[in-house]
Amino acid sequence: MVYTLCFILFVIGLYGVTCKKNIVKIILGFLIMEYSVNLFLILLGWRKNGVVPIVEPDTVMEYFKTMSVDPLPQAMVLISIVTGLGTLILMVALAIRLYQRYGTFDITEMNRLKK
Amino acid sequence: MTEFLVEFFLVFMVIGAIIALETKDLLSSVISVGAVGVAASICFLLLGAPDIASTQLVVEVLTVIILIKATIRHDLVTIDGDREFFGLTVTLAFLFVFSLFGLRAFWSLPEFGTPGIERISAAPSNNYISSGFKQTGSSNILTAILLDYRGLDTFAELCALFAGIWGALAIMRVRSRKKKTGNHDEKK
Repeated sequence: MVYTLCFILFVIGLYGVTCKKNIVKIILGFLIMEYSVNLFLILLGWRKNGVVPIVEPDTVMEYFKTMSVDPLPQAMVLISIVTGLGTLILMVALAIRLYQRYGTFDITEMNRLKK
Repeated sequence: MTEFLVEFFLVFMVIGAIIALETKDLLSSVISVGAVGVAASICFLLLGAPDIASTQLVVEVLTVIILIKATIRHDLVTIDGDREFFGLTVTLAFLFVFSLFGLRAFWSLPEFGTPGIERISAAPSNNYISSGFKQTGSSNILTAILLDYRGLDTFAELCALFAGIWGALAIMRVRSRKKKTGNHDEKK
């Protein structure tokens, strides 16, 4: 059920990327896909009644070994989020350049090569 | 309880995503995506990942600020309608087939709440959890993985981030190259 909802979120983002005319909506579709993929990786590593992977002074190591959630996907997602910010800045810069050249965000109007 | 809360926030995210893509006003779309990101942050907090929740929150605020600053002052004209009919039909058919195959694949996954480290005892995560504190001295296992076990990965990812921002700066450069000899650009 949880995985299915996550996948529905991904498909909504894909719909935004493929079917929208406004370039800002396409960027938003990319963002939604990114959220869903990040969330899916974290969902895969979750353990029922799991504890946070941080060792505290009063932590019993035997209990911690068997109950901690998977820390490896978390490390990957942490960097993926930060890299997503970089790609977002790149996409927004391209969108602003296209707006300055064509005067609109509508991608069907960007057809100067045709004329 | 956690499953129910995560499902609730996922439904909230789906509704927010639909509103963000279908509403006419660009400012409303950007703010809806901000709401989706904050819901994702709460989900991370519920799933035992506080570091990611805080990172997601900060990045979300930056994302909304960048999108508003970049888009709102340029274009308040709404763009109606979808793409041409044939292309839209083909795309929707592709999305339908993709959803069918994807749902089939997702139903074959193991049940939610039983990660791979429970079934595979030789997974590297088990080593990180059991001896990460002893080997690296970091009480946060996430930091141990990021900066010690997989430090080269982190370095390469930061190089990718740097390249992305550098590319954005190159694209947004206002004045092109200084013309010292000849002026080809002015002839156009």
